[in-house]
Amino acid sequence: MLFAAEAFDWNNLAQQALNGLTLGALFALIALGYTMVYGIVELINFAHGDLFMLGSFLALTIVGFFGLEDPNALASAATWKVILAIVLCFLAVPVFCAGLNLAVDRVVYKPLRNAPKLAPLVSAIGVSFIFMNAGLFWGGPQDVNFPDLIPNLAGTEAPNEPETPAADAAAPAPETKASAKSAALKNLLGDSPIRLTAKDLLILGVTIPLMIALTIFVKATPMGKAMRATAQNPTAARLMGINTDRVISTTFVVGGGLAGFGSVIYALSVNTVSYQMGFQNGLYAFTAAVLGGIGNIPGAVVGGIVIGLVRTLGSAYIGETWTSALIFTVLIIILVFRPSGLLGARTREKV
Amino acid sequence: MKKPFGPNWPFAIFAVLAIFPLFPVLDQWFFQATSRSLGDQLPTLFIFGILALALNVVVGYTGLLHLGIAAFFGIGAYVTGILTVPAYPFEVGFWIALVLGTLFAAGAGGFLGLPTLRLRGDYLALVTLGFGEVVKFSLRNLDSITGGTRGLNPVPPPSIPGLSLNWAEDYKPFYFLSLAFLVGTYLLLWSLERSRLGRAWVAVREDELAATCMGLNASRLKLVAFIFAAGLAGLAGCLYASRMTSTVAPDAYDFNRSIFLLCCLILGGLGSRRGVLFGVFLLYGFDNILSPIVDDLIQRQYGTPEKIPVTVGGTQLLTLPANMFTFTGWRLFVFGVVLILVMRFRPEGLIPSDRVKEEFHPEPNPKAVVDGEAL
Repeated sequence: MLFAAEAFDWNNLAQQALNGLTLGALFALIALGYTMVYGIVELINFAHGDLFMLGSFLALTIVGFFGLEDPNALASAATWKVILAIVLCFLAVPVFCAGLNLAVDRVVYKPLRNAPKLAPLVSAIGVSFIFMNAGLFWGGPQDVNFPDLIPNLAGTEAPNEPETPAADAAAPAPETKASAKSAALKNLLGDSPIRLTAKDLLILGVTIPLMIALTIFVKATPMGKAMRATAQNPTAARLMGINTDRVISTTFVVGGGLAGFGSVIYALSVNTVSYQMGFQNGLYAFTAAVLGGIGNIPGAVVGGIVIGLVRTLGSAYIGETWTSALIFTVLIIILVFRPSGLLGARTREKV
Repeated sequence: MKKPFGPNWPFAIFAVLAIFPLFPVLDQWFFQATSRSLGDQLPTLFIFGILALALNVVVGYTGLLHLGIAAFFGIGAYVTGILTVPAYPFEVGFWIALVLGTLFAAGAGGFLGLPTLRLRGDYLALVTLGFGEVVKFSLRNLDSITGGTRGLNPVPPPSIPGLSLNWAEDYKPFYFLSLAFLVGTYLLLWSLERSRLGRAWVAVREDELAATCMGLNASRLKLVAFIFAAGLAGLAGCLYASRMTSTVAPDAYDFNRSIFLLCCLILGGLGSRRGVLFGVFLLYGFDNILSPIVDDLIQRQYGTPEKIPVTVGGTQLLTLPANMFTFTGWRLFVFGVVLILVMRFRPEGLIPSDRVKEEFHPEPNPKAVVDGEAL
């Protein structure tokens, strides 16, 4: 509890804030896909979370292809094999997600461009159902373990530590288990009380460059300029000679690609995938997008970080079971006082 | 305009549903064919019909995207649970719980709507979604009040003075009760649509600015719609808890329920009472009645499905999972395809209201046609 201890543990707070930041960066990556699509076509793409889920399953299949699914095989696998699997995931999954998103846009959303607003929304729910069903066939109804590739790379003998019931039963005290766990999540900051693990570094090392690249893309390239113009006023953009269809396709490709990167990072750092994970994480990411002001790219990043912080700090100081309720309460309160999100422009509804 | 069943076919269907239990041979026949009692399944469908009609007030009439109707459904169910189960000292019985549950849910609707209804379309949608999640997690976490994931039970059956009915063994009493509530709701909305209030709601949906200019108080109208829908959803929740003799579990009132109902509405036809009921019977009928039956048939014909490995040239490529060979395994896929196809080819829904149909397919101006013929 917050005030039970006589001295407030600042290190713990800093640690939770760091965890929140990394988790938030992950949510932000997914939120970007929501917000970009919304900014251009005003569609809440309910299928985005499930696209993310399918990406994780593809990563799992790729890792399985290298024979790394089994912890024992993973322990004896050569390092180059692990690195190759991870690199291949980072190449193939974003391409797959981007392609799938593009195909869905072409087949499902494109004929509905001039339909009333609810039609694409309901179609997106339909696509989400189809993706979920595909995930159900792909991974089965239970949670699937994703092999823990990262500690293996960080140079510890982690893989035979977790998930062996016999060893768990034999472990006399929880302390030994905790120390084994912290060995697996080696601190990269040496003896500092705040732990930065290889997984945190992976999340930040992938998301931050991607966000910088996206900012440059939107701010400095002709396509980015066309995107901003289309978001502002599609008709005017078309009249100025912008191929808005291509802009929309690009948006879906970029959003899908970001979701693909997000799904690989998620699988590598959380190590559990299931066909339902797209729903919950998509909901958080969508909340992040709206919190920041939907349609606003920096807003999605800010929103993602707020959600990540609320989630980790909430679990640490209020209780894990309440975090989801807390996130949505914060969302409602913020929207009551800032009706267009944190960074959203105060636009008037078009008449 | 010519209509295939005449203007009153919803009442014809209600009449058929009302006399169905009077001929037990019908249900027996259904039971023999499918080993399931249709009369046992239908009351749940009636309750979801009421819930969908409630959602239709906000989404269909007033045009606000509402993604959290299940929360008010759950509030109604849990208020009923708290007021009637023996674990609590109240035990007020069904009818008082019904009234209080409805009022409480309506109050919750006002509590949510008052500060948030000024939000623009999609932001409002997310607030309702968020509220739904907050309610679900609260129901799950407030273990000492709501019984957590176990829910509250047993909720006693309704008691009707002067009648001693066997609610547990015989499906008929609850069947008639829920059907009566459904028809009552239908008639209430029928008259409401024609009232000043109902027409004002539609005016706000069609053009808020114009409606305001004509002197309507749009924010108050939206709030009234919100509260009305919440109360009606609460009523459906009370009936549901009574039907299930328990509040079931918090997961029965989650986002999936809200989304599924929204799909029923849009598939059937937003703003059209018969369309909405049709949507409910179609989707919930498919999900709760048809697909278990088809699964039984498949199982009887081909045995329990097993997973099948696919081998190409001696190497095992992949394994087809067992649930691929059941009908329920494909349920989400079927829903998805149906939603996409309907939105593509009939975005106004399968049975749209006249006004919406007119907007989507404007009938040629009769005078213009005459002019055309004259030419």
